[in-house]
Amino acid sequence: MSVEKLIFEKGAPGRRVDTMPAMDVPTEALDSMVPSNMLRKEPAPLPEVSEIEVVRHYTHLSQRNFGVDTGFYPLGSCTMKYNPKLNEDMAVLPGFAHIHPLQPESTVQGVIQLFYELEQYLAEISGMTRVTLQPSAGAHGELTGLMLIKAYHESQGQGHRNLVLIPDNAHGTNPASATLAGYKSIEVKSDPQTGGIDMEHLKALLESNAASIAAIMMTNPNTLGLFDSNVAEIATMVHEAGGQLYYDGANANAVLGITRPGDMGFDVVHFNLHKTCSTPHGGGGPGAGPIGVKEHLVDLLPGPLPAKGEQGYYWQDPGPQSIGKVRANKGNFGVLVRAYTYIRTYGPDGLLHVAQSAILNANYLKHELSSDYDIAYPQICQHEFIATAERQKEESGVTALDVAKRLLDFGVYAPTIYFPLIVHEAMMVEPTETETRETLDYFASVMRQIAEESRTNPEIVKTAPHTTPVGRLDQALAARKPNLRWMPGQEQTH
Amino acid sequence: MSYIPNTREDQEAMLARLELPSLEALLSPVPENVRLRRPLNLPPALSEPDLKRVLYATAAKNKNLDTTISFLGAGTYDHAIPSVVPHLQRRSEFVTSYTPYQPEVSQGMLQAIYEFQTMVCQITDLDIANASLYDGSTAVIEAVLLAVGPGGRGEVVVSQGVDPQYRRVLHTYAHARGFQVKEVPLRDGLTSIEDLNEAVSAATSAVVIQQPNFFGSIENMSAIEPIAHKGKAVFIATITEPASLGVLASPGEYGADIAVGELMSFGNTMSFGGPALGFMASKLKYMRLLPGRLVGQTVEEGGEKQTGYVLTLQTREQHIRRERATSNICTNQSLLAVGAAIYMAALGKQGFYELGELCLQKAHYAYRQITALPGFEPVFHAPFYDEFVIKSPVSTQKLQQHFAQADIIGGYDLSLDYPDMKDCLLFCVTETRSKEEIDRLVAVLKEVQA
Repeated sequence: MSVEKLIFEKGAPGRRVDTMPAMDVPTEALDSMVPSNMLRKEPAPLPEVSEIEVVRHYTHLSQRNFGVDTGFYPLGSCTMKYNPKLNEDMAVLPGFAHIHPLQPESTVQGVIQLFYELEQYLAEISGMTRVTLQPSAGAHGELTGLMLIKAYHESQGQGHRNLVLIPDNAHGTNPASATLAGYKSIEVKSDPQTGGIDMEHLKALLESNAASIAAIMMTNPNTLGLFDSNVAEIATMVHEAGGQLYYDGANANAVLGITRPGDMGFDVVHFNLHKTCSTPHGGGGPGAGPIGVKEHLVDLLPGPLPAKGEQGYYWQDPGPQSIGKVRANKGNFGVLVRAYTYIRTYGPDGLLHVAQSAILNANYLKHELSSDYDIAYPQICQHEFIATAERQKEESGVTALDVAKRLLDFGVYAPTIYFPLIVHEAMMVEPTETETRETLDYFASVMRQIAEESRTNPEIVKTAPHTTPVGRLDQALAARKPNLRWMPGQEQTH
Repeated sequence: MSYIPNTREDQEAMLARLELPSLEALLSPVPENVRLRRPLNLPPALSEPDLKRVLYATAAKNKNLDTTISFLGAGTYDHAIPSVVPHLQRRSEFVTSYTPYQPEVSQGMLQAIYEFQTMVCQITDLDIANASLYDGSTAVIEAVLLAVGPGGRGEVVVSQGVDPQYRRVLHTYAHARGFQVKEVPLRDGLTSIEDLNEAVSAATSAVVIQQPNFFGSIENMSAIEPIAHKGKAVFIATITEPASLGVLASPGEYGADIAVGELMSFGNTMSFGGPALGFMASKLKYMRLLPGRLVGQTVEEGGEKQTGYVLTLQTREQHIRRERATSNICTNQSLLAVGAAIYMAALGKQGFYELGELCLQKAHYAYRQITALPGFEPVFHAPFYDEFVIKSPVSTQKLQQHFAQADIIGGYDLSLDYPDMKDCLLFCVTETRSKEEIDRLVAVLKEVQA
């Protein structure tokens, strides 16, 4: 166990990475150009470190971080699949990376073409009429989609509709996005047997709130990894009640080429390109959250949208019904280049095989864990499943958190734990299609060992991890006495 | 081409273990009435060399700034990226990791973001900063939403010196959330102090001013601050050109409550404007209201008490607080924050000041040269940082043709956003433009004039 000094604790006055160009123009006194009250009084006290110190510092930090390239990352609902190196290379081509967003259209024909084609691919994959690539991430896509639904209801004289139905196993972003869009969320229960939406509860909610329902937000397969086979019926019921259907695409890796949100009856869908299309997560972004819509919502989309004319590609301004922009510029282009490369790598048959293989890996792993852990829903799962530590907790007090921490000692990342909230001691496992059978077998053997340790030596599990750069950290202290920045004189404890 | 490692034989063995006949059997939960029974209509798969050829050709259709001289800014700035930055930022342990939910194996990312938060505080002179937001425009929104509060319907006062794209985004959100936005006009390129004073009232929840503003003009923040604070409003400073903080007064110095803006230009490629890097720094009192991730320092549980880093104050966030979260933000811009941190560490105290001064001096040199040409008139007379507005004696279209012939990307055509600013161009000159390149721009303008 060791600490890496903070960058502020390294270096010496006067040191720097010396890359700044020379002052090659005649200069004037600063206070002749800027009023003195608008000049900075003290220089910003940034670190003073040399190039070799910067390189070693961040190299060391990277060595204290676990990624998909380091090992297995079965983090449920996060789709931590392998991120192809080819996609990284394409995204940094100068013709894509060193482009200003306000360059004249004639100088960015390739950019607009890529937007145009990727939109069409995503529309086909999702079964929607039109796609916008503007939203920056999944939650941003959710918010944009709800704004579109709101604008649609307003255009139909139904602006009073203010309720969004959200299943009890939904991602936390769904209710948070609903609030941001000015909606109130109502929870829909899930059926304890099927794991899908409780149809009786849905029916009751639709009947008692008929005039107020704006939309339902669904993930299918849901966060239990289960495909809700009532989806077409749900779509009919919600539409009859005057609501719209929003598809949270966080789990879209399971449906590629198998089924499409548009065909299930959804009106709006978002993609997480950093999940389904394997753009890297970058320790928490950047992502991209394009949304697809059906015909009746196309005129409301944020713009501008790419178009193709006789003179080449161009940006088309949206009409007067558009909800307006949801961010500056056109979208996370660097992420879009990677997603485009990914789709063209696989083609139609390959994408279908991606989904099938992800589903096979999940079912295989579920089977391998089922003798030692309770499986929340034993039926065939799709891309992910929920194992639990209920048995271990009862027998020896070992919790899902303990199992997660012990896994880190064996060079694998932990599953998503305590989510969805409706399953006790949940461990949500999503292996993805890019893992070998041997890796899955290794994970299963480690999980079996931890189950065995829980019976024979629970302390080793409860005090894990033991081999990581730091042990379990005091979260309560961090929240009670927040220290969010370094201050001069502050030292780390070693 | 495929990244699926298991062969057909592997998959058959796995299916046998599950006692299933085929992959199709795994799809039985998907009812026939929603199944897609045809291949997706997409272009066929390509091999790596073939796909590279396609993308090289697409990229080659774009003029890139490695080989073209650009004087475009207007919210996105061309600052040189030291080679150390991409080499370190692209280490795959950073690139291929998730949001650091398991801190024991994510100390590298967590410490890098803690250091980023500290550096943002150092350049803004504010108390705390978050881990990042999507971009400058949504950072303004998040600050405004913080000021308006849950269910709040207060009025937001925003200067027309704020980037027009940002204001468009603000209006989109204001409609959805149900608050009013009042825009304050400019006078000679600066926020009109009189109009601002009239606009701010007891009902104002936020005052948003960009510094330097969209036209590059340096606002008199010392005069604006008492007006912004005459009621209960939160004073929000927006910074799209962070190099300015090397020499211009910081938000902390002029009394802003929150500083938000764009840091993409620090160490990250501009990639046609995205992914970008929104930031937010604030006074300490807003700590529990901040949106997005926050990294905090703590110690180990138990005996050793070694220092470590964790995501903290998570009860603000959507995955815990759900519909009552301070924001819906989840995945955003961590890797870009790491890039910006490496960039700021590389420049250091001295380099950051030099960057600030280089942009200022070079832009003023360009301004003097251009305004010395007959017919090219300055539109405003306010002090400016590294952007300025010039009215051209010939049409913007004609100018663009001359620029294209000289392989120059000239200034931004302001009539696109301000219809009454016909033939007005916003020029930006950063440290990346050499004197020789500036002189070439001036030579082209001279030719046009002739």
